[in-house]
Amino acid sequence: MLVVLVVTYVAAVVFVAAVVARVVKYATTPIHLRWELYPVPHEKGRAAWGGSIFEELEWWKKPRRLDRIGELRQMLAEIALLKGVWHHNRKLWFFSFPFHLGLYLLIGWLLLLLVAGILINTGTALRGTVGDVFSWLVYLSGYGGLGLLILGALGLLLRRVFDGGIRRYSSPAEYINLLFILAVAVVALIAQATTDPGFGRLAGYLASVIGFSRPRPLPTLLAVEVVAGALLVAYIPLTRMAHFVAKYFLYHDVRWADEPNTRGGRIEGQLKQVFAYRLNWSARHIQQGKSWAEVGTNLQGVEEVKK
Amino acid sequence: MKRARKPQEVRPQDIGLDAKQLVDLDFDKLPPLPPPYEDWRDEPIKPLSEAKLAAADTSLDGFIGLKVASPASEQEKERAAGKFLDGLQKLFSREDNWTFLQPWLLAMESCVRCNTCADACPIFESSGRAEIYRPLFRAEVIRRLAQKNRSGLGRALARFTGANGMEVNWPLLARLAELAYRCTLCRRCAQHCPMGVDNGLVTREIRKLFSQELGWSPAELHDDGTMKQLTVGSSTGINRKALDDILEFAEEDIEDRTGMKIKIPVDREGADILIMHNAGEFLSWPENLEAFAILFELAGLSWTISGDLVGYDSVNYGLFYDDVQYTRVTLKHAEVARKLGVKKVVMGECGHAHKAFMATGDRMWIEQCNIPRESALTLMEDLVCNEKIMVDPRRNDFPVTLHDPCNIARSMGIVMPQRNILKKIAPRFREMEPHGVDNYCCGGGSGFAIMQSNNFPDWRMRISGRKKFAQILNAFQDCIGPETNKYVCAPCSNCKGQIRDLLTYYQAWDRCHILYGGLVELIVNAMVDVKEGFLEWEFH
Repeated sequence: MLVVLVVTYVAAVVFVAAVVARVVKYATTPIHLRWELYPVPHEKGRAAWGGSIFEELEWWKKPRRLDRIGELRQMLAEIALLKGVWHHNRKLWFFSFPFHLGLYLLIGWLLLLLVAGILINTGTALRGTVGDVFSWLVYLSGYGGLGLLILGALGLLLRRVFDGGIRRYSSPAEYINLLFILAVAVVALIAQATTDPGFGRLAGYLASVIGFSRPRPLPTLLAVEVVAGALLVAYIPLTRMAHFVAKYFLYHDVRWADEPNTRGGRIEGQLKQVFAYRLNWSARHIQQGKSWAEVGTNLQGVEEVKK
Repeated sequence: MKRARKPQEVRPQDIGLDAKQLVDLDFDKLPPLPPPYEDWRDEPIKPLSEAKLAAADTSLDGFIGLKVASPASEQEKERAAGKFLDGLQKLFSREDNWTFLQPWLLAMESCVRCNTCADACPIFESSGRAEIYRPLFRAEVIRRLAQKNRSGLGRALARFTGANGMEVNWPLLARLAELAYRCTLCRRCAQHCPMGVDNGLVTREIRKLFSQELGWSPAELHDDGTMKQLTVGSSTGINRKALDDILEFAEEDIEDRTGMKIKIPVDREGADILIMHNAGEFLSWPENLEAFAILFELAGLSWTISGDLVGYDSVNYGLFYDDVQYTRVTLKHAEVARKLGVKKVVMGECGHAHKAFMATGDRMWIEQCNIPRESALTLMEDLVCNEKIMVDPRRNDFPVTLHDPCNIARSMGIVMPQRNILKKIAPRFREMEPHGVDNYCCGGGSGFAIMQSNNFPDWRMRISGRKKFAQILNAFQDCIGPETNKYVCAPCSNCKGQIRDLLTYYQAWDRCHILYGGLVELIVNAMVDVKEGFLEWEFH
């Protein structure tokens, strides 16, 4: 059991560290040129047709009217329902949606089991209707999540194999990722159904994990499920499957990033810093080693090439 | 030496294949066009001369856009490969690529290869789905090269990530550089991507790498584009003397057309408005410049154009291929506006200039140079819709459809002003489908409209512009015959150039009487204070 426990802790640490590293990597990149793409859902009163404040006469004199509710609605539709896939790639949606819904349910399931673990550690019992609802939620999210994940992963895998347009661009990593998820989900389903149908043993194990106490031995199949699940959790943020991190930045820092630069404002301060960066591009027309501000305003490089 | 691959079977790892030509496009399999072009047969493409074939690499698809010069020696090939790998590293550097590091990094690391982008791309679709034009194809090539060459771990995992077949050899370099000029950077693929990955930006970064590190860029964009603009004053070659002549001609032409005597103001310090035109208008469509002059004068606006170096040409081709050149041109524009002390800069009908000044330029014009900038479309909407000028829509009683320039609509969210104007002045206005932010590129975006050398126009007419031509025909199906004059309104100089070439190539003036032009010409044509008939139904 010690191995299972160590793997669980290591996986949790790797997951958190890798996600944090990704967030830090993307969040600490310098300011970039505006590169938004419309429609931008927080454009109040204009998002329906993809309009922006640039449609206003002398827009800089007008207050920026932001629709944060509209943005939130768009985000929820994108995250929960995969709205973009539904609109632009319907065939994919029929597999991608159950796959992602399965993942969301399993995240919910894990959180419920952690709550159960806390309840165990604190000696609290849920009784009556609350206890029944809690149990049903665990059942639904656990078995529902696993079932949907298997269905979705299998569909995505088959699509990748049989659609030439996708197959040509798929690396071994793409197949391995899907197979890994599929294998873990199948093992988990079998392990739970045969050794721990009510999830009690798993909840007990998680209680030990969060309480830093020695867990009770698990049946072999359940131990395999825990190890495989932990390895998957550690593996995901090291791969492209961590696109949930990137997607936040792609939408909020690029696609919807339409905050204008004002004199003396925060953005201008950041721009002054990047204009001082020295560039090393080596084509003839570029003055290598000079700053962006120098290269941009001094046309010596252009004149030398023209001579 | 291997034979060309079938266009639908090429894979990213094939790009470096030892083959005379990677693909041979089958022009008989292009999607059909709407009536009356169901039976349209393209003329066979004239083969390139031996001299042209010897001067440039055609090993991608047989076409020359960038014109990669064939290397003189093995050492030159090796040097190019080394520089390419250096440039690849620089794309990931804060100092060298602060301009786009974050979106580039995210595009490199987040694509899940779902291929949603493919069906959004008019070039991929119009080519009969030739794999090399699939948005994912070129993005995947550079992704795999980056994975393999950026770190030891990447090299170790190359078999796992699919990058093991990618060797930086001469065929790969020549084809990838050329392939970066088979996408118009319209960003429709990015708009459709559920992740938000921008394969248009990836294409632009590939162009940038080749330009900023190897000095490879199309002559029309660099030598005759930004370099000429920065030294002569305009990419058209117009210097100050020529500008004065052009303005004098325009003033005379205004008088001939309308009987009005208008003096176009140049370098009027402290004017409210500095209007920035694409200088291409001066040479190809002077009526656009003249219409703006008439409109502004009759509306009583305080305005000027600049006579300063670079100041009278709003183009900034750096936006298409090179951040350093982009920076130089945009900072020069900003300096011109600051010196004149104008209250605002108004962008004439040029899509990429809109973006270069107002969107990307928003993070270039700082401190004293941060002069407010706005679109002529919003200014004209105010004049027309708030009845600051009087119009008679009956003067525009012919079918009109609107082309949305990608840079104005999808990249800047300017969608309604042009429609509000058209609803007021053009009673038979009808939309193309799709339109607005979902529009299709004209096929001449990102500099293609001015890339007129070798056999590139053959490719541009048959493939990149095919979708737009089909859209134009579809918009006019109820009156497609030559007995009805029809007007494609394209408020963008580059788009107009491309649409002119399309209508010429497909003989659409003769066969369907479809004319094209800007928006301001339609407004002036409808103005009651201007003599009737400003719009001339002559194709040019």
